[in-house]
Amino acid sequence: MNTPDFNASCPLPIQQYPHVLMAHGGGGKLMHQLLENVFGKAFSNPILDTRHDSAQFSVPPGKLAMTTDSYVVRPIFFPGGDIGSMAIHGTVNDLAMSGARPLYLSCGFIIEEGLPMETLWRVVCSMRDAAQRCGVQIVTGDTKVVDRGKGDSLYINTTGIGVIEHSLNIAPQSVQPGDAVIVSGDLGRHGMAIMAVREGLQFESTIESDSAPVHEPVRALNEAGVEIHCLRDLTRGGLASALNEIAEAAGVKIAIEQKAVPVYEDVHAACEMLGLDPLHVANEGRFVAFVAAKDAERAVQILRGHEVSADSAIIGKVVEIAAPLVTLRSAIGASRILDMPSGEQLPRIC
Amino acid sequence: MKFLDEYRDGELAQQLAREIHRITTQPWNIMEVCGGQTHAIVKFGIDELLPKQITLIHGPGCPVCVTPLEMIDKALEIATQPGVIFTSFGDMLRVPGSTTDLLSVRANGGDVRMIYSPLDAVKLAEQNPTKEVVFFGVGFETTAPATAMAVFQAAQKKLKNFSLLISHVLVPPAIEALMSSPNCRVQAFLAAGHVCAIMGYEEYPPLAAKYRVPIVVTGFEPMDILQGILMTIQQLESSRAEVENQYTRAVSRQGNQPAQRLVREVFRIVPRKWRGVGEIPASGLGLAEAYAAFDAEKKFGLADHHVDEPADCLSGQVLQGHIKPNQCPAFGGKCTPEHPLGATMVSSEGACAAYYRYRRHNAAEALFTQ
Repeated sequence: MNTPDFNASCPLPIQQYPHVLMAHGGGGKLMHQLLENVFGKAFSNPILDTRHDSAQFSVPPGKLAMTTDSYVVRPIFFPGGDIGSMAIHGTVNDLAMSGARPLYLSCGFIIEEGLPMETLWRVVCSMRDAAQRCGVQIVTGDTKVVDRGKGDSLYINTTGIGVIEHSLNIAPQSVQPGDAVIVSGDLGRHGMAIMAVREGLQFESTIESDSAPVHEPVRALNEAGVEIHCLRDLTRGGLASALNEIAEAAGVKIAIEQKAVPVYEDVHAACEMLGLDPLHVANEGRFVAFVAAKDAERAVQILRGHEVSADSAIIGKVVEIAAPLVTLRSAIGASRILDMPSGEQLPRIC
Repeated sequence: MKFLDEYRDGELAQQLAREIHRITTQPWNIMEVCGGQTHAIVKFGIDELLPKQITLIHGPGCPVCVTPLEMIDKALEIATQPGVIFTSFGDMLRVPGSTTDLLSVRANGGDVRMIYSPLDAVKLAEQNPTKEVVFFGVGFETTAPATAMAVFQAAQKKLKNFSLLISHVLVPPAIEALMSSPNCRVQAFLAAGHVCAIMGYEEYPPLAAKYRVPIVVTGFEPMDILQGILMTIQQLESSRAEVENQYTRAVSRQGNQPAQRLVREVFRIVPRKWRGVGEIPASGLGLAEAYAAFDAEKKFGLADHHVDEPADCLSGQVLQGHIKPNQCPAFGGKCTPEHPLGATMVSSEGACAAYYRYRRHNAAEALFTQ
């Protein structure tokens, strides 16, 4: 993904203060200026522009979906994305996982005193662009500035509301024996991209995060009438955690074919080197779908028609109603458990 | 992936397994020394391809697992001191000492940092002249050269604020200790490929001859391990006890000589206690006299103290190959990766952790079908 040239397209609107000051959160003129010239300017839309304490909007008929997530990623700019676009994609994706069409977002910023204004502006521009691409509006928000040393430059919370326009019950409880398990693309890139930057690891190629919105391919599945039983985005804990959570909630045994799981060579190599399992590593633009067997091939074809899910593949199936368990058939044909990762993933010694 | 997938080929694996089946006529106990091999065996299900007569005994070659509790307590004692940056490889951070672990020390404000190379600790010492930077040097011959290089560089740079809490151990003395134990069941060894990549394998012929055991230097991929087992069985079935090298793409007879020279320069051979096993003579590395100033134990004036292992933990028996991890009464109940009683449940190379991660369902399914 290209980082937008923020200097050319979005000149920094507050020139006289190169850094965020405590006063920018203090409720006075400076704060007003920050809200108007930075957030208001970037996110402008009719609902936000009314400047009410709360946003007011009508919603189309149907059930609503609502979700919230906080973003504390370090570093805030990384290959393939940044904290701003990730805060939009993550919440849009959480809505998409119930098959909802994302509509409105709120965003809360916790800014550490001293953050360069240019950095904030760059993040805000990235959020604006991501929201535009996702077709969502940021309709309300909040800003707090905390003392230097009390935060880690910038945290963002986003809450999203979407409307559910289908009649499926997309939930673990709908998962049935025989369901195909489909991943929407290659796994492990976000986690390894972050680890490579954070730990200063040098690989031959730069691994880029997969941070991206996935609501379009999900909508395409819905519109094609694919019988979706469950969707789950593959963020922290990766595929292994998602499958174990669903097996637990649905009371089923799931069997996965290791060879069928798409992992790029550079990610695979980095994981091998560090002793990590790509199935435990976080993604930011990937999901797993449990789909009725009859629709599985069609679902994959639909997903492959979208850039974000071009590497989609059937990786396994739901075997039976049983004590919750996820098994993985290894490359040499033997079967083993695919467990949730335990605590923080730590590279091994040798 | 090139240079990896070909060592994980399902058809080749079946071919090797068929050949092992064909030549095996009686029960054999083979120990894979290295935890990395144990991990691969359990992860890929290599043992499931073998004849029932072959038992793989998981050896003590997990550096985290054999680091004694006292040493972890010393690490905790240093890491909690103000003005200290305590650095360690990742998987040591979660190993519980008798009271807490390094990750908890960090959560309580200690400056504990995970690093990938001991040289990073030297850099930290240069960048933080007012802090004491300590590196927790653990591991076998594989990691010893990197630790030695860190000390060597620190000496050349005349750094006064860098030191080493050292718990390096050596493989051949451990093999000797295992073989000389009266209830040893091991009839052959898969030697640890990466250790031999550094050290070569000239140390092994005397052991093979003295105890009449085949020793095959073996790599870590499924094809390596299956081929290593095949070579071992060929020897056992024909009553040979020789040293052979399966891992020729990485290991030469003499090993990496510059690395060995560096290790000899910085370290000396000392007796060392192995967690769960006890003290083994001449089985560890300590700092040579000329580098004694970098000894964190001396610098921080740490006292030797004896700590008892939790009574419920049978990791010593596991490390010596007397029991399989799932034969320990605490396995999966009192002892899990979230609440480990012993280090073998913590490290990604520990046998108990490998069984818990990949094999728990066998136990569960056995219960289910009873």
